Amino acid sequence: MASIQLHNIAHQYQTGSGLSSEYAVNTLQQTWADGGAYALLGPSGCGKTTLLNIISGLLKPSEGRVLFDDVDVTDYSPEQRNIAQVFQFPVVYDSMTVAENLAFPLRNRKLHKNEIETRVAAALIMLGLDAKANVRAKSLNADDKQKISLGRGLVRTDVKAILFDEPLTVIDPHLKWQLRTELKKIHQQFQHTMIYVTHDQTEALTFADKVIVMYEGSVVQIGTGQELFEKPEHTFVGKFIGSPGMNVLPCQIDEGSAIFCGNKIALQQSVNASGERFELGIRPEHILISADSGMSLEISSINDVGKHLIVHGKVEGNEISVIVKEGVGIPQNPKVNFQSEKVNLYANDYRVSSGRGSS
Amino acid sequence: MKVQNNRAWFLVLPVLVLVALSAVIPLMTVVNYSVQDTFGNNEFFWVGTEWFQEILASERFHNALLRTLLFSALILAIEIPLGILIALAMPKKGAGVSVCLVLMALPLLIPWNVVGTIWQVFGRVDIGLLGHGLAEIGFDYNYTQDVFDAWATLIAMDVWHWTSLVVLLCYSGLIAIPEVYYQAARIDGASRWAVFRYIQLPKIKRVLLIAVLLRFMDSFMIYTEPFVVTGGGPGNATTFLSIDLVQMAVGQFDLGPAAAMSLIYFLVILLLCWVFYTIMTSSDAEESKRSGGGS
Repeated sequence: MASIQLHNIAHQYQTGSGLSSEYAVNTLQQTWADGGAYALLGPSGCGKTTLLNIISGLLKPSEGRVLFDDVDVTDYSPEQRNIAQVFQFPVVYDSMTVAENLAFPLRNRKLHKNEIETRVAAALIMLGLDAKANVRAKSLNADDKQKISLGRGLVRTDVKAILFDEPLTVIDPHLKWQLRTELKKIHQQFQHTMIYVTHDQTEALTFADKVIVMYEGSVVQIGTGQELFEKPEHTFVGKFIGSPGMNVLPCQIDEGSAIFCGNKIALQQSVNASGERFELGIRPEHILISADSGMSLEISSINDVGKHLIVHGKVEGNEISVIVKEGVGIPQNPKVNFQSEKVNLYANDYRVSSGRGSS
Repeated sequence: MKVQNNRAWFLVLPVLVLVALSAVIPLMTVVNYSVQDTFGNNEFFWVGTEWFQEILASERFHNALLRTLLFSALILAIEIPLGILIALAMPKKGAGVSVCLVLMALPLLIPWNVVGTIWQVFGRVDIGLLGHGLAEIGFDYNYTQDVFDAWATLIAMDVWHWTSLVVLLCYSGLIAIPEVYYQAARIDGASRWAVFRYIQLPKIKRVLLIAVLLRFMDSFMIYTEPFVVTGGGPGNATTFLSIDLVQMAVGQFDLGPAAAMSLIYFLVILLLCWVFYTIMTSSDAEESKRSGGGS
């Protein structure tokens, strides 16, 4: 196990005529603690798999250094880095049995036969595959195959980190929870450094202590689930996390207040208005609907998702989603009010933190 | 009650007619010849299994069969590993791919008798590039007189002509392997040999089976090229079953024995293909049995 440091890592993919002009990963500086469970969250194509492959050594970054426990491993092969990686599609060696699959990385590392047997037996029990030890891996279903992929990392007790690249994509929904729970259990037991790439916020938030949100090749926020929910550092994070995502609404700034559609909304932050583009972010959970006062809402649709209603509508042409608790009626002429202490202010997509004037 | 009728069978009638005309009827005429004898004038009389017994007991047939088996065995032993090696060495992407594919496909596009003629000329000691070249550097090479030289020439020709087929089949199997398998192998620290043995070989097994079957059948039935190059000689050294058969049927006009021999020839190919197929798919069958029939 190891801490992982990324020093000014950036990557451009090779194209036919030299390097691609676009960066798949923009310059970033990260330190991830030993034994932590991290999730890399972001939409498809945001560079999270690229970053993962840079860490595992499958890809050599075009710029920057990768350090494990302060040792520069940038030029090391995946094997030398001693990394385990689980891929989106389960990889099993078809011609081998389950036990042989698990033994494969150990045999390649020329371990003693008895040692291999002990470790494989332990891994089989850990994964609940002991009954299938001598079955051809090819004939198993997707979730067992994915367990084997994971198991090939777990048998190597000295792995520096276990990396997951959207490992539950091909797993049945009802097994996803189960596998994720097992993963958490394994993490708690062995304290491997784990990095988990996903585009599914639920997966990221349930798996990881720290979630790293990536957008267009850059890390836009690192935080716990609560931080991502309450204080999204970037409008993208606000929109991406939550269902539905945060409402991001254009506003003007006037003497420490935001003006949205003629309404003054008190801000936590002191802001000096300058040439920037200001927006306010408010979660659908933090908007109240009432019949009495507020901005009138023109409802376009109402979705009942069971535990609450999701109301979509417009306030003076601005799209707004509101979450209304079950049992609360929606009045004839609905008005909306924002809980002002939950409002975040954004200048050019980045959150204006409290106590900091916009610069 | 549901009314049952068998009129749907009429739908397969066109296929039955086609198969009958193209395969069943010609085959039956051969069966017909194989159990009769004739002295011309379209007069036939029944001889039963006499021709079959005669063929099976004849040394000429045994020798031709052994020669053909040896030829096929050598062809498979050279072309399959060589084909795999070339396929592994071919580029997976980039401009080189189409160049390689075209180069590989070229020999396959040349008609059999042209291939024979090319090598016949190529190997001639007086004017051929190969034959004359070998003679110049001191090799006593002459495929028309030396048995070993004749065999070497035929095998070199077949390898030149048909290894491409194995290459193309293996290549199609190799490029279908997802990149993630190679990545996982790198993570697992697999050696180049382990990658081949546990990823590439299992994944190309099916196309390899087709390659082996095709190359076996074709080499076992080879006729045109050796006929053009050596004509079965020197002596009978390269008289394979097909050449022998044609000599018997067309050269000597022994229709009865030739028909019996064709049928035996056919059954041998069928049997050997079945053996190949069974051996190469046996591990799959085991597996589906273990997993309860599904896979």
